Amino acid sequence: MQITTVVNGKSFTKDVEPRTLLVHYVRDVLGLTGTNVGCDTSSCGACTILLNGESVKSCTVLAVQADGMELTTIEGMASDSALHPIQKAFHENHGLQCGYCTPGMIMATASFLKENPMPTEAEVREGLEGNLCRCTGYHNIVKSVLAAAEAMEGAVK
Amino acid sequence: MTVVETGSSERVIGKHLLRREDPALLTGEAKYVDDIWEQGALYMALLRSPLAHAKIVSVDVSEAKKMPGVIDVMSGRDLQGEWAAPMPCAWPVTQDMKNPPHYPLATDIVHYVGDAVAVVLASNKVSAVDALAAIDVNYEALPAVVDLEDAASDRILVHPSLGTNKSFVWKVEPDNDKVHEAFASAAHVVKNRYVQQRLIPSALEPRGVIAIPHPYGGEYTLFSSTQIPHILKIMLSMTVGISEAKLRVIAPAVGGAFGSKLNVYAEEVLALTLARKLGQPIRWTEERSENSLATIHGRGQLQDIELAADEQGKITAVRVNIIADMGGYLQLLTPGVPLLGGFLYHGLYDVPAYSFSCTGVFTNKTPTDAYRGAGRPEATYAIERSMDALAKKVGVDPAEIRRRNFIAPEKFPYSSAPGLIFDSGNYLPTLEMALEKVGYEELRKEQERRRSGNSRKHLGVGISSYVEMCGLAPSKVLGSLRYSAGGWESATVRILPTSKVQVVTGTSPHGQGHETSWSMIVADRLGISPDDIEVLHSDTAIAPYGLDTYGSRSLAVGGSAIYLATERVLDKAKLIAAHRLEVSVEDLQYKDGSFSVAGSPGKAFALSSVAFEAFTAHDLPEGIEPNLEATVSWDPPNFTFPFGTHVAVVEVDEETGATELLRYVSVDDVGNQINPMIVEGQIEGGIAQGVAQALYEEAIYDEFGNLLDTTFLEYLLPSAAEFPSFELASTVTPSPTNPLGVKGVGEAGCIASPPAVINAVVDALSVFGIDHIDMPASPQKVWTAIMSSQGSGRKVE
Repeated sequence: MQITTVVNGKSFTKDVEPRTLLVHYVRDVLGLTGTNVGCDTSSCGACTILLNGESVKSCTVLAVQADGMELTTIEGMASDSALHPIQKAFHENHGLQCGYCTPGMIMATASFLKENPMPTEAEVREGLEGNLCRCTGYHNIVKSVLAAAEAMEGAVK
Repeated sequence: MTVVETGSSERVIGKHLLRREDPALLTGEAKYVDDIWEQGALYMALLRSPLAHAKIVSVDVSEAKKMPGVIDVMSGRDLQGEWAAPMPCAWPVTQDMKNPPHYPLATDIVHYVGDAVAVVLASNKVSAVDALAAIDVNYEALPAVVDLEDAASDRILVHPSLGTNKSFVWKVEPDNDKVHEAFASAAHVVKNRYVQQRLIPSALEPRGVIAIPHPYGGEYTLFSSTQIPHILKIMLSMTVGISEAKLRVIAPAVGGAFGSKLNVYAEEVLALTLARKLGQPIRWTEERSENSLATIHGRGQLQDIELAADEQGKITAVRVNIIADMGGYLQLLTPGVPLLGGFLYHGLYDVPAYSFSCTGVFTNKTPTDAYRGAGRPEATYAIERSMDALAKKVGVDPAEIRRRNFIAPEKFPYSSAPGLIFDSGNYLPTLEMALEKVGYEELRKEQERRRSGNSRKHLGVGISSYVEMCGLAPSKVLGSLRYSAGGWESATVRILPTSKVQVVTGTSPHGQGHETSWSMIVADRLGISPDDIEVLHSDTAIAPYGLDTYGSRSLAVGGSAIYLATERVLDKAKLIAAHRLEVSVEDLQYKDGSFSVAGSPGKAFALSSVAFEAFTAHDLPEGIEPNLEATVSWDPPNFTFPFGTHVAVVEVDEETGATELLRYVSVDDVGNQINPMIVEGQIEGGIAQGVAQALYEEAIYDEFGNLLDTTFLEYLLPSAAEFPSFELASTVTPSPTNPLGVKGVGEAGCIASPPAVINAVVDALSVFGIDHIDMPASPQKVWTAIMSSQGSGRKVE
């Protein structure tokens, strides 16, 4: 099947098998390998991307379902070699170690902060429940998200 | 105190320097194995046994071969002639250790669910996986050995040819008479059995491998998601039969490991072997459910521990017998894991008599091997649970029983009964600091208030003081423990013509931030910016020597090698500078990238000029070779012994059995800290993994040897919602055994935290007369314990 998607601002028209998952379309067809796969049960959130501005686990969506939609992946977050405020907050608060969960964590954060621009720590912990990290114990991820919220306050309002 | 020499007026060591690794990881630029494109690579998929123990009657691959996209399908028997040697176990812990032959594909018998029996190669991943279903394997089921005591009884044999399930019995028994006497004359004896459940390490990046042949040159390049590219290269050379000089192993970005990628796996051997056989690149990426079955598990021990103590609760002897689960085969370090804890069951307490025995048994389960902490979390759990039991028996507070038994600071270096020399330590301050930070007295009052107010949410406070051994390791000691390799680490420091510095390390980071920390060590010594220092690693063509990253060794051993190589380069630079300034070497001082002469402020020569001089070699002193480069292989004289005290505060809901971790305080002493931000990150991650062992995680097998929780839907990897923020503090007691005074921090968190949490849960439940809950303390387990408890006069409705 042929689908057209706008990915990080660029339009792509590609043939995909009906059974192809969106994450495989992003990684294998478009070659955007920043989106990672950490499980096969939609549990870990490593493959989180934005679909029309909302975060989805891209392993729970078929590529054909994204036809005509806008996708943002981790590759679309930084602009002109400047990190996005969320990326910057993760850097400054040591919110990543091996980095494998990080792209998904950042995309989930982008969507979460849009819904809740100034969350409490407890809200951050609940809000990121769908994204697993094995390295950090979440301590610095939570700090990073709170710092990002603070930094983005002006931008979001 | 170890004073690290510096050439910098503003210290770099000790700074919270942000990680240079981050930008590539934050933007998706970093390449993990599965992100690497290799033109023409064939996709490998493995058919795995659905039975824990069975005879392979036949494997019919003919239908699978006809599937679209399939290039070839092979059974274990088809590949029998391909191997130069069986899969390696590098730690034959006893002379008579039993180690059954283990090949990448089973040929006659499968020994665990997940044991691979056939391999498919296809032009794409989907076709490879689709073809698995078309392979027809005829099995004849055999009874499975699952339980550890059942395994030790030899009722059913996992490997009948060995005649027993016992792989080895390994003992540390310096003086058994002394132990017997201590128990015979003890005022108090506590005796307990603890269970170390099996854990699935669950690095978030599954394993992956790409084997690339270069048929006309005869070389091979292997990308693997591994923490040991150097060890892997040697082992693959021996098992596949490819010259070590023709093999290059690269660990690209690696998405976590925790010991689970400290191995030589069937898929690595298969990919390389098939790349040789077909002359084509072969690639494979593990699925999560495969990871649960075919990547090593951790822990899996039954621990019987006894303490003898005098009237005041001063321990006079520790006696330990454990059964350790090897699984279906011995992987790279499987039998050595319990040994790493075998010297530490007396914890950080001054215990004169000690005896330890470990029986390693085969079962029809996934092989175990090193998982973060490897042996030391097990030992710490057993002694720290026992300390609480002893406190109760003696009738003192858990904090007080620890105070009475700590090794006194003046006893260091301390010779332990089992035969180690603890490098340095000052234990009491970590306990007192942790108690103060958590507000211990106030918590005890709050606990009492809740109890007298008949609250159904019970407060529990748990203490865990720990010492561990890391910085693996002095090669001589490893030799005496029959480990097949050394424990040194290699480093090269070179100052390039334009005065930029390259550091080549044999460590292989996978999230630890070595590039940042190693650049800080060199920057501090040379008095230059860390930005001018590149750190190269994890590619055997770039870093030919190395023993990789595990056992909290990288800083203490690898970092020390880097520091010493920097010193050596600086010594050479000094000779050149002295020659150019026409002064003697003794008159030169070095600071902030420049040599100067004491008392002659105008006479100076920059390191950058020395670098260019060394490169042009136009005017070097007699006998001095061109270039500024030094390589050091450093073999540590001893292990390092980090320590600390952690305190967990939990709330247990008696209606549901659910435990909530309210607070977690840790005070750790890991010696000098190069980058405290990274140190804290390591401790936080470790705490979370240990809390997960205490409350959530367990590889659950049924009686037939089926693993019941192969995905993250069943295996409870905790999320951010399960934790509070952690409250960290540290003390600094430098190690005298390495030039940086560092100890190591990779495993400390997960060593300390399981007993802290379980002690807290049991403390909360003590109101019901409950004195133990096995890990993981699930709501069901806790609730059942409450329901079946006699209580302490307390009504349970």
